[in-house]
Amino acid sequence: MINRIPWVLVIFLVALWVPWYGSRFYTFLATDIAILALFALSLNLLLGYTGLVSFGHAAYFGIGAYTSAILMKTHGVPFAVSFPAAGVMAAAFALVFGYFCVRLTKIYFAMLTLAFAQIVWAICFKWNDVTGGEQGMPNVPYPDMSWMAAIPGLGGLRLGDQFYLLVLVLVALAVAALRRIVSSPFGRMLTVIRENPERAEFIGINVRRYQLAAFAVAGFFAGLAGALFGIFNRGVFPDFAYWTKSAEVLIMTILGGMGHFWGPAVGAMVLTLLNQQITSYTEYWPLILGSILVVLLFAFPGGIVGALVSAGRRLTRRGNA
Amino acid sequence: MLELRDLHKRFGGFSAVAGVSLELPKGSIMAIIGPNGAGKSTLFNLITGHIPPSAGQVLLAGRDITGAPPYEICRLGVGRSFQRTNIFPHLSVFECIQAALIAHHRMGRNFWRRSETLYRTETLALLRSLGLADKADSPAGALSHGNQKQIELGIALASDPEILLLDEPTAGMSAVETHETIDLIARIARERRLTLLFTEHDMEVVFSIAQSIGVLHQGRLIALGAPEAVRADPEVRRVYLGERE
Repeated sequence: MINRIPWVLVIFLVALWVPWYGSRFYTFLATDIAILALFALSLNLLLGYTGLVSFGHAAYFGIGAYTSAILMKTHGVPFAVSFPAAGVMAAAFALVFGYFCVRLTKIYFAMLTLAFAQIVWAICFKWNDVTGGEQGMPNVPYPDMSWMAAIPGLGGLRLGDQFYLLVLVLVALAVAALRRIVSSPFGRMLTVIRENPERAEFIGINVRRYQLAAFAVAGFFAGLAGALFGIFNRGVFPDFAYWTKSAEVLIMTILGGMGHFWGPAVGAMVLTLLNQQITSYTEYWPLILGSILVVLLFAFPGGIVGALVSAGRRLTRRGNA
Repeated sequence: MLELRDLHKRFGGFSAVAGVSLELPKGSIMAIIGPNGAGKSTLFNLITGHIPPSAGQVLLAGRDITGAPPYEICRLGVGRSFQRTNIFPHLSVFECIQAALIAHHRMGRNFWRRSETLYRTETLALLRSLGLADKADSPAGALSHGNQKQIELGIALASDPEILLLDEPTAGMSAVETHETIDLIARIARERRLTLLFTEHDMEVVFSIAQSIGVLHQGRLIALGAPEAVRADPEVRRVYLGERE
């Protein structure tokens, strides 16, 4: 019976209702979660589906954020153009960096992704004329959302609430596309490569080319997430591409469970909420996070969603018996 | 169909394959035998592009494929199984075969269709001919060793090869499983008119289906010919069949 409920639709509808809950804070949190969920889901295309461990996924998040911010703020390009451009730019960089990365395997692949990400960070940090250097680019404008006033009930909302609704719809569309991709023949080939690259090669798959394609697609969606995050954050900063950001998204993905499509989204939500709650009690948030991760890795290697799914299975089995 | 011309592979100072030449006519069944470390698996890896030869040529239907990457050699009609069972352990048996069919039909570039709906009849037909239809939904990695070897054979057959290379197809099997597997391979080779090249340690198996036998010893073919001739060859008896002069 639990399976009959269209959970994804329910959660989407509940999320849509957040601005009417009234609190600026909840809208803020929900926007953060939605964007980071897309970011984590994009990483999982590599991690969970293709079996590639990227330590530098923040590079594409950062590239997307800067692309969109520079286009919107410096050149006055409308959001409708800058948003897809951010994805395309991130994918283009992922294609170039990935070309070298997929030539290496395992830990060497991971280290090279990290190296490229640090290069991106260094460029953002130093290229003052374009990126604003260390100071970043504050005051990235909101997209023009005056058209929302034409939709009954949305006109009276605060700008932040309107932007949240825009984010929610765009993230939902991007996630739907990702979902479609992982269940496509292309997605199946990625799974096969994760399972056994040697055998995959000998059913006629050009393994490196597929890994590169996955890398670019993941970069594209990370770029979209970055573009949204720059606007949400009211500015873009070199930190977006820093290795700690790559680690954060990696933790979200593993925390939520990389073996399940929705795992990383759950991870993004749990990590953001925990961070918010625990930092209000103690300054030792990293200590708590570390402890949670240790317990999780040993007790529930499938992450939160992995644990829930197996618990659910046990329950239905007992129900049937 | 397949021709090897003076194939060499050196690893550092060690010659794993030292000048192997042979010709495999279309539709023939050849076994390569030899003691452990004789270079059988290396020879296979040279043919399928997994390692590049140090010297020599591999020709497939008259076409030079030396140094081509494995995925291209697979697309040219060469199927293979590996000595250590090589499947997709977390996929179901059905999905393993289906994935190989998707790859074979070059559908992998499609980002939009639903993969689970593709080639269902072909997958089922192949599973039936392998006797795996009742296990279609089991995770491939959870099945017995013998079943996994059959899945691997199925994955190889899904790309509709003209020539099939089997590296120790009965390794680690019980006597019953060995017997069933060999019957299966012989039947499929007949039905599909496959050219078959295999390595095997079980002499009974070798002499029951091979039309010709090559004996590999220290990277060299010391004998090549019809089973009776090879069996009678004094050199072969000395180094391999275990007789002392």
